[in-house]
Amino acid sequence: MASATTAKTTAARLGLRAIAIFYVGIMLLFPVGLLFWRTFEHGIQPVWDQLTTPSAAHAFRVTVIVAFWAVLGNTIFGLVTAILLVRHEFPGKRVLNALVDLPFAVAPVVVGLSLILVYGPHTSVGSWFADHGIDVIFALPGMVIATMFVSLPFVVRELVPVLEEIGDDQEQAAWTLGASRRQTFLRVTLPSIRWALAYGVVLTLARSLGEYGAILVVSGNVIDHTQTAPLYVGAQYANFNPQGAYAVAFALAAIAIVAIIILNVLRPKERT
Amino acid sequence: MGIAVRNVTKRFGDFVALDDVSVEIPSGDLTALLGPSGGGKTTLLRIMAGLEQPDEGVVEINGVDATKLPPQSRNVGFVFQHYAAFKHMTVAKNVAFGLSIRKRPRAQIKSRVTELLELVHLEHFADRYPNQLSGGQRQRMALARALAVEPEVLLLDEPFGALDAQVRKELRTWLRRLHDEVHVTTAFVTHDQEEAMDVADTIVVIAKGHIEQIGTPSDLYDRPTSDFVMNFLGPVTQLAGAPVRPHDLEIVLEPGEDAVAGTVARVVKLGFEVRVDVDTADGETWVQLTRADADRLALSAGAPVGVRAVRAPTTEVPADATVEPVLDAFGG
Repeated sequence: MASATTAKTTAARLGLRAIAIFYVGIMLLFPVGLLFWRTFEHGIQPVWDQLTTPSAAHAFRVTVIVAFWAVLGNTIFGLVTAILLVRHEFPGKRVLNALVDLPFAVAPVVVGLSLILVYGPHTSVGSWFADHGIDVIFALPGMVIATMFVSLPFVVRELVPVLEEIGDDQEQAAWTLGASRRQTFLRVTLPSIRWALAYGVVLTLARSLGEYGAILVVSGNVIDHTQTAPLYVGAQYANFNPQGAYAVAFALAAIAIVAIIILNVLRPKERT
Repeated sequence: MGIAVRNVTKRFGDFVALDDVSVEIPSGDLTALLGPSGGGKTTLLRIMAGLEQPDEGVVEINGVDATKLPPQSRNVGFVFQHYAAFKHMTVAKNVAFGLSIRKRPRAQIKSRVTELLELVHLEHFADRYPNQLSGGQRQRMALARALAVEPEVLLLDEPFGALDAQVRKELRTWLRRLHDEVHVTTAFVTHDQEEAMDVADTIVVIAKGHIEQIGTPSDLYDRPTSDFVMNFLGPVTQLAGAPVRPHDLEIVLEPGEDAVAGTVARVVKLGFEVRVDVDTADGETWVQLTRADADRLALSAGAPVGVRAVRAPTTEVPADATVEPVLDAFGG
């Protein structure tokens, strides 16, 4: 009787495990694996050649610049917002909390179109910037804004639960020991949330490197100018150069995967 | 000198946590703020530390008006119920925190930390992290950390509340001894009347945002000025309609003029003590006897007896006052 029950639960557990592995396999490992296999079908040299064409190299450079500013902006914004949401009471707090998740819900292409409505060359905001010598749309500033928008929630959503869990006792203890707000933040709060922050930054980076829809609309997708690596992948595939598309796609995926692996290796087992 | 709180009121929305409270913590004393949960004692302690701002009233620390001072400049040590250990720092770094904020020379910090870790018996744990310590050890570390900056006053918020009963008892005895060594003006919050009476020189009883009574442990126990204090500090029964402590009663077999006549309803042996329920004309009363006394009397249910107060009933409570049990007295 008892052994029958045990056998039943074991079977159920194995079944669940099989479903999970099958799901991840079909949805993730198989397609990505196939992409990697296709990429290296003809060896390493052709991949290297595809990655180092002037247009591909330029696309990578644009992607890195855009991702850098988006990650920097969202790290600072994410820290400030998470601390505000957890440690302070203010009118509109619930609205802010809901708004942070908006980028998860809105299609990136919609984000791109809305930015054109705000900053486009024929709008008042856009022409104000143009009068001051700054092109927003079809230029880096617009691409950075679009990328910031779509990758905004990650740092906040990683930090909020950790800040809630550690509570404010440690910060208050630091105050009574004479630490200023700044010293408390640098010596107590920041070290306590550093792994959550790092994880949020890596996710933001991964999302920023891969952004397609919003960037497509605001950048104009001009080769050797505003074309980012994901846009380059799309363009090369459409222009019957699948090897070029595979190589750059592989590089983008590899960067994100390596970043997440490094973080998981470095991070102590117990999250502090 | 010490800490003086004058006419402090604190509201959280519609809830009045403290209503025009005034109290003095004498210099060098160990004072307990005792009361049921939600009575305002932690709020009062946090106002002393500057972690909360009073809506009205004044806080003075050693004669200086500190009401507007932030916690950083009050020079108070604060110990939290859940230790508030800096989890990413070693024990030694935790204790050194206040000194390193004050930019003391490295050698001086090192010797002071060693000295404090010896004081709290954690000298072998200097390089451990807080999650490698037991609750009692963490709280001793927190105490050493608070003492490191030589605070003018030490404030402890339910310091033993998160520990199990055995460690609690050890630590409170240890705190009393530590205080006798260090002599820093200390106030601690507790909802455990036994802990307060065991450790404190003075007890301040706080309930519903008011101060019920201030006095030495024996003052409060023997001369409570309200039903609330009488109930909160120990067991209470009724004799001839007046509240009285059950261990201040005795049973006599031949009722005299000074004894109330009654019948034994029940005899319950609780290890070292014996509880005797007696039915009298004014209702039921219960008497706490030692086992030796109970054996000598050889009581059994139905026996006619007299009940007599051994010491004058606690005079300051009106004789006709109704005594209601304080249900939340030991609430968490």
